[in-house]
Amino acid sequence: MSCQTADELIHGYLDGELDLARSLEVEQHMRECEICARVFRNQTVLRSSLKEESLYYRAPEKLKKRIQSALHKEAKAELFPRSFGWRWLTAGASLAFMLLIGLVVWKLLPSSIRSPGDELLAQEIVSDHVRSLQMPGHLTDVLSSDQHTVKPWFDGKVDFAPSVKDFAAQDFRLYGGRLEYLNNRTVATLVYQRRLHYINLFIWPAGQAGSTGEMTTQRQGYNLIHWTSSGMNYWAISDLNSVELHEFAQLVQQGL
Amino acid sequence: MQKQSKLASFEEAVLPHLDAAYNLARWLTRNETDAEDVVQEAYLRAFKFFGGFHGNDGRAWLLAIVRNTCYTWMQHNRSPELSLPLDESHEIESKDLNPEVLLIQSADTLMVRQALEELPVEFREVLVLRELEEMSYREIASITDLPLGTVMSRLARGRKRLQQALTNPVHAEVLS
Repeated sequence: MSCQTADELIHGYLDGELDLARSLEVEQHMRECEICARVFRNQTVLRSSLKEESLYYRAPEKLKKRIQSALHKEAKAELFPRSFGWRWLTAGASLAFMLLIGLVVWKLLPSSIRSPGDELLAQEIVSDHVRSLQMPGHLTDVLSSDQHTVKPWFDGKVDFAPSVKDFAAQDFRLYGGRLEYLNNRTVATLVYQRRLHYINLFIWPAGQAGSTGEMTTQRQGYNLIHWTSSGMNYWAISDLNSVELHEFAQLVQQGL
Repeated sequence: MQKQSKLASFEEAVLPHLDAAYNLARWLTRNETDAEDVVQEAYLRAFKFFGGFHGNDGRAWLLAIVRNTCYTWMQHNRSPELSLPLDESHEIESKDLNPEVLLIQSADTLMVRQALEELPVEFREVLVLRELEEMSYREIASITDLPLGTVMSRLARGRKRLQQALTNPVHAEVLS
């Protein structure tokens, strides 16, 4: 074994990660080579100085409490989507009637938003939106109001090219973009600003080509609008009122 | 009910590794407040993806998420660490190192801490996982998404740099 080979293998030997044959070769080499033997001794000493207990940072107790409370909130939000539920119970007698209405509405809705998956997705989008505003610096990965900066930023990060337009003239200012993990895939997220309100616009390819109309819903006080256009899924969410958010959705659809 | 048990099993599988998560985040961000924020964010991410966790090594699974969250944090904060490519020309040969063992032995914890903190993040993370967290090469490889051989060579190079920092007399003088 050459010193050059041993130079790296000594570390595998030190860590007990070599197989028996390799270990024996390293031992044999160290018996013959004083330099490599010294390297090994030095590294043994170095290792023991790293075992000092105070080098290990233990989590402060308050962090544990903070995380537990954040987790409970998150679990609660997942458990009670806040939209369905009690109404059905109190409706009691008119349940059959409501079912009938429901059926009619169901028939009228575009097929792409009927699935219970959309219910979960809407909840996931609300969680993402809330988190994007909670964590400092989490709102954008690329901070720019220039569509020619934001659009190329997505190159190579997602397997599609989202359209990026600034609507500053209509008072929906492009604020930046980021990546999110939604619906089991990486999606492009554009952030717009209107006055003090932020709008998150999530974009990813739909399963099939074509377009569907807007579907509007509310979750936890946020307005959500979903539509499909040119084979892409769009979800816009904001605490902005539904009229202005609708105006925004129209702009995006016309801009495409 | 189902979600409640999700939280319970999550807390049971992942919460005990809070120290490991914090230690890694603290060494990578080199800052207490940032480490706390990163760890909290990592736990929320982990909770979200907990449905996809089927293994039994909650620690390695969590640390991979913590590491990713740290790197995202470094990108957001435009940490110079991520833009500086590793300078391969300064690779150290073992035989060129100061053979003085005594200097390392007498190095106090403060010096060791500072030397480790000053290592490039690529070396710091494998050393923290190996020496402080006592993880196997296989676990480190899965957390850092590196081949096993690269884990070993990063450890080798990182330790040489650390030894150099601790035995370099100039450096030692500055510290004392």
